[in-house]
Amino acid sequence: MDMQTSLLDRLFASGLLIETGVDGLYGRSGKFEDVIAAFERLIETFGGDDGAEAIRFPPGMNRAHFEGSGYMKSFPQLAGTVHSFCGCELDHMNLLQCMAEGEDWTKDQQATDIVLTPAACYPLYPTIAKRGPLPAGGGLFDLQSYCFRHEPSKDPARMQLFRMREYVRMGTPAEVQDFRQLWMERGQKLIETVGLPVHVDVANDPFFGRAGKMLANNQRDQNLKFELLIPVTSTANPTACLSFNYHQDHFGSTWGLKTADGGTAHTACVGFGLERIALALFAHHGLDTNDWPAPVRKALWGA
Amino acid sequence: MTTIIRELLSKHGGLPVSVDQLKDADDLYEAGLSSFASVQLMLALEDEFDVEFPENLLNRKSFSSIAAIAEALSQITEDKQVA
Repeated sequence: MDMQTSLLDRLFASGLLIETGVDGLYGRSGKFEDVIAAFERLIETFGGDDGAEAIRFPPGMNRAHFEGSGYMKSFPQLAGTVHSFCGCELDHMNLLQCMAEGEDWTKDQQATDIVLTPAACYPLYPTIAKRGPLPAGGGLFDLQSYCFRHEPSKDPARMQLFRMREYVRMGTPAEVQDFRQLWMERGQKLIETVGLPVHVDVANDPFFGRAGKMLANNQRDQNLKFELLIPVTSTANPTACLSFNYHQDHFGSTWGLKTADGGTAHTACVGFGLERIALALFAHHGLDTNDWPAPVRKALWGA
Repeated sequence: MTTIIRELLSKHGGLPVSVDQLKDADDLYEAGLSSFASVQLMLALEDEFDVEFPENLLNRKSFSSIAAIAEALSQITEDKQVA
């Protein structure tokens, strides 16, 4: 914990991250953003020639799509919904009075049609399913979005609003498993290029509750999720900076996503936790990017 | 016990085939049991038999067939009696 607080304090003191008063909600300096931009360019040197279709969704998604995704079955504790004031003038007066008296003014806020995006690929599946069956050879997509997860923490590597870069593959089981295998190899090479220690391990998502324990065990038993771990705030508990996920036909059957021959599409994705990677770089190479080892600077900035 | 398991499986398993067509040893995942359905089945079994599945039995294997579920349940009820 001390180590975590101290990295966070050092990030604040250096101005790389800017405190907002809420754990896990931070501003980013130009230097911090420069590292993220450079790392994204590096990702593209590995995956840029694969012909992925780039799509950028905002950090909010259609609530109906969110509901259809089944996210609330697995991670109700992490979701964030957008609520707004939808009342009349009298309601407005009551609201202001409530605020003035320091009471809970949020209880009458109404759910809007928007939910904060929990993972960059969630808005993608219904969007692609709407186009009709995938072309022969399946589909490949390049996404990046701010994502929200309600898990306030002093660990700088556990932000509530953070960016996820993803490549998503849709197609036959063989196509998507090959894609995942390719990125597990590329991911390790990529992280080694920037001088960070890597370790890949089987993993599970933080499913909610005791029933979730079973889902987590199932996920592990079937090797559906792997994570690339890098020590950031602790060597004993390294941080997952990339994840390689095989969803089987979960999203395909949820959204009626079909392959060219009419079968239910399987999907897989590789996700890069961009802030976590930037934090790993700062934690290992120092808070001043000018002092980073020359090969790391060369990989990121070409000089 | 297997009669009750079959009844709950039919109600919560969401299987595309009738439970009557399945033998006790048949693989339920091959028969179409999803991860979520297996969780719902687990919760229904706990409710019906008034037991709690320990963590070491919360896995795919315990729910892989009607026989496996019966085996897991007898293990839990045995442990319960010993305790």
